[in-house]
Amino acid sequence: MKARIFVTLKGGVLDPQGKAIHHALEGLGFGGVNDVRAGKLIELDLADGTSDEDIDAMCRKLLANTVIENYRIEKA
Amino acid sequence: MKSAVIVFPGSNCDRDLAVAFETATGTRPAMIWHRDTELPDDLDLIGVPGGFSYGDYLRSGAMAARSPVMQAVAKAADRGAYVLGICNGFQVLTESGLLPGALLRNAGGHFVCRDVALTVENAQSAFTSRYEAGEAISFPVAHHDGNYFADAQTLDRLEGEGRVALRYAESVNGSARNIAAILNEAGNVLGMMPHPERVIEPAHGATDGRRLFEGLVEGLLARA
Repeated sequence: MKARIFVTLKGGVLDPQGKAIHHALEGLGFGGVNDVRAGKLIELDLADGTSDEDIDAMCRKLLANTVIENYRIEKA
Repeated sequence: MKSAVIVFPGSNCDRDLAVAFETATGTRPAMIWHRDTELPDDLDLIGVPGGFSYGDYLRSGAMAARSPVMQAVAKAADRGAYVLGICNGFQVLTESGLLPGALLRNAGGHFVCRDVALTVENAQSAFTSRYEAGEAISFPVAHHDGNYFADAQTLDRLEGEGRVALRYAESVNGSARNIAAILNEAGNVLGMMPHPERVIEPAHGATDGRRLFEGLVEGLLARA
């Protein structure tokens, strides 16, 4: 069983990496990019039957810092 | 007086901090490896040093904050031991929940490595008792993730309770309200991005950091 964890900075938290990517895109001549926010994708290969509660706890306890980040769990 | 410095894989200011502790206390601190689950009994002072613990994987300080030794540090802090986290140590303390907020990537995106002007905001704390309130001092910084972030409510609370110990005299890394160092609620845990341990000897070019360690020792002696 696999789970994909998407970790993104909360709205209002400055994202210098996203800004740098934005500038680089503009430098390449891509217009019309209003904003860029960069995040992380963490793929977990889990034992079958791992509970949703456990996956959520993994996110809260380590994978995301909920002071500054949101997370979304996608199971496949 | 018993002190200790925690050493993580990737710590690189641990020996400088040990020298600062030894200079101030007259006794060599215990160097504690991150896998240790227990600290020596009755530690008075614990240093969480700068560096790049665990290669800054996931987030700066995230891995170190979950290492076995940090639970022992939290316990020691709980019973009143002084805990000083510098640079990566500050990141570890926020990640472990001993201090509020988080340290984000510097606003300009650049690693900042230079001396910075600081203002002492709270000269009443155990860590700052040898400074004057409003005093201008200078410590070096060397960090990529020093941009202090907390929600407005937390920031107001920190300010209201006198828990902002040091402030940058000008914007260095985008830190909220130019915060450079904060205290926990009980006042026995301090996290700071600047490096006082790098300015304790005339040979360092400046000695502004020395009083931080001397003040701590003075406080501990008075407490004993």
